[in-house]
Amino acid sequence: MAQGTLTRPVRSEVNIDVAKMRRDLRVRQIGKVGYFLNALAAYFFLWAPILVLVLFSFNDSRSVAQWQGFTTRWYTGIFENVAGTSVRGSTTSILDALRNSLVIGSLATLFATVLGTALALAIVRYKFPGKRVLDSILYLPVIIPEIAQAISLALFFKIVFDTINLMRPDQPPATYGYGTIIIGHVVFNIAYVVIVVRARLADMNPRLEEAARDLGANEWQTFWRVTFPLMLPGIVAGALLAFTLSLDDYIVTAMNRGIGDATLTVVVFGMMRRGVSPEVNAISTLMIIFSILLIGISLLLQGRSAVTGRG
Amino acid sequence: MPEVAVDLRHIIKEFPGQRRDVTFRAVDDVSLEILEGEFFALLGPSGCGKTTMLRMIAGFELPTSGEILLRGKAMQDVPPFHRPVNTVFQDYALFPHMTVLQNVMFGLEMEGVKKAEASRRADEALDMVRLPQMADRKPRQLSGGQQQRVALARALVKRPQVLLLDEPLGALDLKLRKEMQIELAEMQDELGITFIFVTHDQEEALTMADRIAVMNGGKVLQVGTPEEIYDTPNSRFVADFIGETVFLPGLMAGKDGEFGWVQLDGVETKIKASLAATDIAENQSVTVAVRPEKINLFPIKGKVRYPDGSSDEASEYKTALLRDPDINLVEGIIKSANYIGTDTRYTVSVGGHDIVVRIQNYGLRSDTHFEPGQHVNVFWDAETVRILVQ
Repeated sequence: MAQGTLTRPVRSEVNIDVAKMRRDLRVRQIGKVGYFLNALAAYFFLWAPILVLVLFSFNDSRSVAQWQGFTTRWYTGIFENVAGTSVRGSTTSILDALRNSLVIGSLATLFATVLGTALALAIVRYKFPGKRVLDSILYLPVIIPEIAQAISLALFFKIVFDTINLMRPDQPPATYGYGTIIIGHVVFNIAYVVIVVRARLADMNPRLEEAARDLGANEWQTFWRVTFPLMLPGIVAGALLAFTLSLDDYIVTAMNRGIGDATLTVVVFGMMRRGVSPEVNAISTLMIIFSILLIGISLLLQGRSAVTGRG
Repeated sequence: MPEVAVDLRHIIKEFPGQRRDVTFRAVDDVSLEILEGEFFALLGPSGCGKTTMLRMIAGFELPTSGEILLRGKAMQDVPPFHRPVNTVFQDYALFPHMTVLQNVMFGLEMEGVKKAEASRRADEALDMVRLPQMADRKPRQLSGGQQQRVALARALVKRPQVLLLDEPLGALDLKLRKEMQIELAEMQDELGITFIFVTHDQEEALTMADRIAVMNGGKVLQVGTPEEIYDTPNSRFVADFIGETVFLPGLMAGKDGEFGWVQLDGVETKIKASLAATDIAENQSVTVAVRPEKINLFPIKGKVRYPDGSSDEASEYKTALLRDPDINLVEGIIKSANYIGTDTRYTVSVGGHDIVVRIQNYGLRSDTHFEPGQHVNVFWDAETVRILVQ
């Protein structure tokens, strides 16, 4: 064989530049500290204002700048219905506002979830003319500035009301109210529901529905026994997201509400105009906790979509 | 004569292509008669249209033209949930939100069978696939093989006239595959249900099926028993797809009944082989399909050793062989030898053609071994070699 042509590699001394190595190690240590500081700064900017807000909601003083001791009286105050505010001429208590928020949120969520789920099904499962266009404009409400959407809705309602009032001048004039707020919320919520439900559906094995039909289930039975139970976590997640967005919304609500229909966000905003008060802090804290809870459940349900019978 | 269970008449299936004006023909004029109680395999490479065929029988796709009859009844307007056919899907498609028992009961409930009765029959079906203790588990808690059994039970509990299986063993590991192959065949024997299964695995089709339809490019190329398909392929594709084959190009030099003689380039002796088609004309260029295990070798000089230990002079052996008019005998040179345990694979150069030969190692290695560069006699029976149209 050609053994003669091969030579053993020459054993050489291992030379390490100790000074250079030390320098490199030091740079690495500094880098580690830097990463930590970076994260610390980022989280500080994110959370410090919220932390201050939560802290001062327990402050035993009207002052928002000085810590006077711990109290829960601002919270109990909310529930005893003493805190209230004058918004656009009518006094709405915080509890009334909360009730408004919950009713509007529930109805908007219901409509948005039903419509959004149906739309997601149509987009994922069926072919129809104009599907691509519909698909791409669906996300518009997510992208366009909320203020623009709010104004366009207000304008749209005005035109509709003017037309109606013109057509029946003897009736009391149609105007903004619960209905317009709910429609406004449904409009932006549909897009979010579709995004969540659609992800779930796209993850679902289409063979499962075929298997159901193969085993003798008609379209209706297939939907209720197989499709619906498998998409349910997606639907619930979408609904929770919609409910949260509805509760937290200010701009669309403020621009499309009637006199006296104040939601929690509108009331809080009104209170804010007279300065930050401990009540506002308390309400905000409660809203933060509630939102985190809802979004948390929503994410948990979406996370479970890993188990959808694929493979 | 058994009745026809599934009758496919001139089935064509076209799908819309990438461009709007182009259609893709997945199934191209397929006619098949699948008999009652038969274990029938649709065999072909991926994209040959075999799964589309199965989906049309199940009712998930409708043929563009042609007719599907189940026991003589036209299925054109019958939706899948009214067809007496059930499917075992490739990925099993078990309902993940139901237990194993609920999965198996599903089909019975859809028929309107009472819960108690459905549960009893589902238990029986799970017994049959040997999974009775798994009834309360969710599908994701089962192994691939167990899921496959549940899918089988779920389909069989409906007592379908025809059971369709789409690559049923594709997702299982080799050992489990072998077991399930035997089990499926036994189960089919016992139940007498017509099984139609789709596979790209030729070995699976050969082991399990009563009859095989070999498909390629949307067409059925050959239908027959495993022996017919393997021993008498009617086209180059079938010969190539099933088993190992060496193809030798040549010219038709003459024919007589089922046999023909081919002049291979660079080989003096004319090769006698069976004809795949009787309409092959003289001087037409053809290809001779040779299976490695049908060919034999013995040295030109020295002794020929037999499995029983006895031996003969090579020259005497050759004279004896040549007395048989059906024996083809040519000389060649061993190019390479690969020892693979049970056999040794030789590549033998015959007049410039490389022929692969598999020799079983029946004795000690020295008995049957040939060295590269050695001159050998190569012979085979004319019946085992096919003349195919180029």
